[in-house]
Amino acid sequence: MSALKHYAHLLVSLAVTVLIGGFLTAALVRLSPGFGVDEHSLDPTRDVAGMQARQAARPEQRGFLAYSLRHTAAMFRGDLGVSRNWNRPVTDLLRERWPVTAQLMGVGILGGWALALAFALPAAIFPNRIWNAVAAGLSGLLLCVPSAALALLIFVYAGPVRAVVALAVFPRIFQYLQNVLSHAAAEPHVMAARARGISPGRILLWHILPVAAPQVLALAGVSVSMAFGAAVAVEVVCDFPGIGQLAWKAALARDLPLLVTLTMLVTLATQMANAVAGMVSGERGEVGA
Amino acid sequence: MKRTRSQKSEVRSQKKAGAGLLSSVFCLLSSACRRFHTRNLAWIFLALLFLAALFSDRIAGASYAHQFRDFPSAPISWRFLLGTDALGRDRLARLLAATRISLLLAPAAAVFSTALATLIGGLAGYRGGLIDRIAVRAIDLMLSLPWIFLLIAARALLPLNVSPAVSVLITFALLGALGWAGPARVIRAGVRDMRSSDFLLQARACGCRGFRLLLRQLAPNLKPVLLAQFWTAIPLFILSEANLGLLGLGVSDPLPSWGNLLRELETDLAFNPGIVACLALMLAVLGCFRVVTEQKTEVRIQKSEDRSQNNSLRGRPLII
Repeated sequence: MSALKHYAHLLVSLAVTVLIGGFLTAALVRLSPGFGVDEHSLDPTRDVAGMQARQAARPEQRGFLAYSLRHTAAMFRGDLGVSRNWNRPVTDLLRERWPVTAQLMGVGILGGWALALAFALPAAIFPNRIWNAVAAGLSGLLLCVPSAALALLIFVYAGPVRAVVALAVFPRIFQYLQNVLSHAAAEPHVMAARARGISPGRILLWHILPVAAPQVLALAGVSVSMAFGAAVAVEVVCDFPGIGQLAWKAALARDLPLLVTLTMLVTLATQMANAVAGMVSGERGEVGA
Repeated sequence: MKRTRSQKSEVRSQKKAGAGLLSSVFCLLSSACRRFHTRNLAWIFLALLFLAALFSDRIAGASYAHQFRDFPSAPISWRFLLGTDALGRDRLARLLAATRISLLLAPAAAVFSTALATLIGGLAGYRGGLIDRIAVRAIDLMLSLPWIFLLIAARALLPLNVSPAVSVLITFALLGALGWAGPARVIRAGVRDMRSSDFLLQARACGCRGFRLLLRQLAPNLKPVLLAQFWTAIPLFILSEANLGLLGLGVSDPLPSWGNLLRELETDLAFNPGIVACLALMLAVLGCFRVVTEQKTEVRIQKSEDRSQNNSLRGRPLII
């Protein structure tokens, strides 16, 4: 019963956060300078009265609160509105573009985690000063390069652009992962296992990873947000038709329906990832305890 | 005189203990020296760079906006140490001016964001209840949106056709205004820990209330946390500005910024030492900030732990 209450509370807080995010974005877009200016109004051949009538007929011009409520209610019915900039339903735009972003993020998250684990695991089992220095140097270097610059550099020199997300995610995960694993490796039970001559692989699998698992899983949730941030830069710089590029264009064009929907979806995705990671890590923690 | 076996073993153990003590002292000293050197080198580099950036016109011999129309895209030479860009502007002058902007405005934005975080996190942690719940929800919301997405969305919604000076201010003000969520969470946790401490109890018993308590009692004890957040924010803001500039939403021309300068990669596809120098300088500055941040954080946290131990033992002298 208490678990059910916990999940219900989680769902409600998720919905409230997403709604507040959407509402705040809508307010920001509505108040931004240049909102509602139609590019057709610059055309001198158009009829002024007709233009004004068209402008007034727009749902977002009538009243901000009413528009926000109507938009939210329509979202619950599955209608995400029509993009002003693209003049197409937002659902269609998302359907077309999400595979590009999903692929980019998937490759990035897997690659970033693989790199981070490849550097952090050996350091936890066989602590070595040179290995640690190489790993810290590489992650420090990548942490100091803006992801857009990294994408541009790799793009200019015809490198694998899809690897940029992995290279952006790796240093952020590695630093935390190394801390967690080194703390777990210094626990008394691990030292006792070492003293008893248990093999390093067995120590890692049975003694270090179970202790570090809750924090590592929590990190997995956060890495979704990191990957999306890097994917936005990569898509804009390399002209990939994904959700990140769509968000950038929507922001530049002050496309209210698209931007509100994207903000709500991104908030939902990152909150869901964090919630799932939190639930799994919580269960792992309980099992461990 | 012959030594017995027990005497010999005693001498051997004393020697071992002495060697162990010596080696540990040596390790501590070498580590301290290494830290001292790394930190001081980082500080010296940043200070020299800041001075060079302040006097960029004199060092480069030209203003960042001056166009040498006879020398567009000039290669490296004694006259133009990093060459010129497509409009004939000296890259060294532009690089130093961009450094000046980043080194002046990123700390200013960090001060703003830390102040905002202190206000929100401090109030939420101290008052609790509804204020705390609202603040936590706001922090969750800000942290759930990817940082770059949030920046792009917020920056694009602010005026874009503004003067270069205003665009610089808008960019860094935005960074400061949006970067409060992470620090606020840490500060809130710090304040919640302190809420039940002895020195606050004593202060409350002496009649210290409200903002006075927050400013005179909590803030000084939060100083280590605040400084750590401030130092962490600076490289983050420098990187974010570069990212925004690269995406065309940062500082507008002719004012240079690191993002603007790196944007030249889009048009100048050949290997360009000027752009490489910009990237290298940025890496060096961010690396130095990382060294300074790590050591500041370590030192401050240590001091904070020591102080909290002292507080719990003796009670903090009241400043009401």
